[in-house]
Amino acid sequence: MTDFLPKPSDFFVLPLDEWIDYLVKGILVPNLRPFFRAIQWPVDQVLTGLENLFNAIPFVVFVVILVWLAWRFAGRSIAVFTLVSLVVLDIVGVWPESMATLAMVLTAVLFCAVVGIPVGLMAGRSDTFATAVRPILDIMQTTPAFVYLVPVVMLFGVGIVPGVIATIIFAMPPIIRLTNLGIRQVPEELVEAGYAFGSTPRQVLIEVQIPLALRTIMAGLNQTLMLSLSMVVIAALIGAEGLGLIVYQGIGRLDVGLASVGGLGVVLLAITLDRITQGIGEASGADAGRRKLSGVAQKVKTLFGGKRPSDGDTATAGGTQASPPSPGEAA
Amino acid sequence: MSETQNVTKVDVVEVTKIFGDDPDAALERLKTGATREEILRDTGQVVGVNNVTFQVGAGESFVVMGLSGSGKSTLIRCINRLIDPTSGQVRIDDEDILIADDDRLREIRLTKLGMVFQHFALFPHRTVAENTEYGLKIRGVAADERRKAALNWLDVVGLADWADSYPDALSGGMKQRVGLARALTVEPEVLLMDEPFSALDPLIRRDMQDELIDLQRKFHKSIIFITHDLNEALKLGDRVAIMKQGRFVQIGTPEEIVGSPADPYVEAFTQDVDRGRVVTAGTVMQPFEGIPLGRTNVKSIATIFDGFDGPGVYVTDAKGLPEGLVMQDDVGRALDEGLHDVTYLVRKDFPQVDESMPLADFFGACEAGVPIAVVNERKRLVGVINPLDVFAQLTPGAASGAKVGNGAAEEATGGGTAEVAPPAGATGGDHGARV
Ligand SMILES: Nc1ncnc2c1ncn2[C@@H]1O[C@H](COP(=O)(O)OP(=O)(O)OP(=O)(O)O)[C@@H](O)[C@H]1O
Ligand SMILES: [Mg+2]
Repeated sequence: MTDFLPKPSDFFVLPLDEWIDYLVKGILVPNLRPFFRAIQWPVDQVLTGLENLFNAIPFVVFVVILVWLAWRFAGRSIAVFTLVSLVVLDIVGVWPESMATLAMVLTAVLFCAVVGIPVGLMAGRSDTFATAVRPILDIMQTTPAFVYLVPVVMLFGVGIVPGVIATIIFAMPPIIRLTNLGIRQVPEELVEAGYAFGSTPRQVLIEVQIPLALRTIMAGLNQTLMLSLSMVVIAALIGAEGLGLIVYQGIGRLDVGLASVGGLGVVLLAITLDRITQGIGEASGADAGRRKLSGVAQKVKTLFGGKRPSDGDTATAGGTQASPPSPGEAA
Repeated sequence: MSETQNVTKVDVVEVTKIFGDDPDAALERLKTGATREEILRDTGQVVGVNNVTFQVGAGESFVVMGLSGSGKSTLIRCINRLIDPTSGQVRIDDEDILIADDDRLREIRLTKLGMVFQHFALFPHRTVAENTEYGLKIRGVAADERRKAALNWLDVVGLADWADSYPDALSGGMKQRVGLARALTVEPEVLLMDEPFSALDPLIRRDMQDELIDLQRKFHKSIIFITHDLNEALKLGDRVAIMKQGRFVQIGTPEEIVGSPADPYVEAFTQDVDRGRVVTAGTVMQPFEGIPLGRTNVKSIATIFDGFDGPGVYVTDAKGLPEGLVMQDDVGRALDEGLHDVTYLVRKDFPQVDESMPLADFFGACEAGVPIAVVNERKRLVGVINPLDVFAQLTPGAASGAKVGNGAAEEATGGGTAEVAPPAGATGGDHGARV
């Protein structure tokens, strides 16, 4: 009915797909291949290292370490959950795949942090930079995960390392965004206090802004981890291994059981990692951790009749950065 | 709140700060006489501070008082360049800090300027001691040494017991004590205080003010103190500036501000002021150096009383210290009895106050109805106070009355027979009897 009304495409069709195709195949791939190869190298190194490590650690030792971490940072119930999850992963027969996935996820998170945190810090301190970075992050976050895979394959080839690289790109935005947010949330008066006492911008960053933003940064890291886990599964399409491959195979063979086992593995791994990292994040976050600690110190102090805390050394011991709240407290 | 020396510590010359993307255009318009509102309307630029000039001497406490949005915070931040002024000069110890490079600026902040913030601005992730030693840490002082200094200053503000607690375990007043200790630990010459007590409860606020006065008595810093409370300004300031819409409308001693407000704006503020705290003995008194006891006798004293009908006059010793009060009634009786020597007539139990004492503190002494001796810091007699003047001072409208009286008073000359501006008579007929 509207056929007689002209549309722009009646006169002109923009061959955007062809242009991009040409850009990638005709320009990027032939000219920048060495560059993309170079990017692959460090990712490959870290990934291989982690894989070897996880393969070398006996099941029992691995479980003990993870359960201990969970106990320490996230409380007893999470520790129990972690123990059960790990045992289930083993008895349903996906332990090696789970370790492969874990190695990929941790590699991706490591690179996301190494690149994303500095970018986030810069964005937090410069409005111009933040404005410039923002649309890029929007694109990275809204582009459907599958769409990444094509250019990644063109530029990096297929395999496990390209899969990790796709994951890194996909999972990067939250850590940048939340680092930026964390820095901006630090009360202006505190930053002023830093400068008023003669700090350099760098000192203000290290002494004031980062410690106070730490909790938010950790929340970003946690989100990045979760996104990595979901992407690592999708990356199985371009040759990544691990749990994703199981799911992929299950779908390919219409094997519901296999696909479900893979899916269950991903879910268990996700929840375990999420809870443990959340616990770590809260413990390291400046205010929360400290508040608990100083609260305890205060209680002890009143018990001892208002003596100098340093006399009893309770507050000093509790106050050091490294020591997290006791499990009982955190639970 | 302390003596002012002549050395200028901080010299702020015609400082203007304009917020916005085109401050220069706004600055031009400001110079041609445009008002803050016009500039905001036409150019969208906000004039934060408009052409402010003042000096703060070594050991002086200078208070800037103004309502919210008048530009106080902006002004105080121009002094340590947390905000860069658009134009003007800020000299600290005769060095223009606006042209100092980054390193020099940091050094000045490290060594000369301490700052206390309205909302305390304590670092929540550091203990009280770590907060206190922050400036020294930035300066690179060794850990044990800076902890010692921090504990020392925490002790001064009474919080040594809390050294290893975290700020959120502290009450507001305690937090600000830590804020003060943190600023003092860098041993600054100039303390910048941006509404440090505004966030505190009235009672705690009064304690903190008193404490600041005590500290200042001991340590003689140059203080630039911001407040929106005129009573606080008058209590703490050696000099007070009233700020309105980015400008200073009046600078003066507390008494000048209350006694002769420069415009209706300032006057409106002074309506609510507790005059008893502001007006000092020195302002209400009538200058009078007393009659040297050694060079007078009953007769010559009697001639003084011929001139006026006050209840008594003060006599002084050779150094000018008040010896006592000679009452008119007693002189009359002595004349009748043919006595010569005044010494027997001198009453020693006279009321005496210090020049700088606020009226509220010697109010009780006025009730006796006897003239009050006013002495300077060397205890010499410098004037007398008629109790009636004191009551008059307590009502706002009558503030300037005493000033006129001062001008008319003449100083007594050596001979004892000279004209003396007499302390005017007290109420009732039974004066003298109650000395
Ligand atoms: N960064 C800024 N950008 C734009 N305008 C500002 C900025 N900082 C302050 N102003 C404006 O400058 C004026 C003075 O602000 P300032 O904070 O100095 O006032 P103040 O006297 O300290 O008020 P308060 O008692 O509320 O703290 C206000 O009108 C404010 O809106
Ligand atoms: Mg302010």
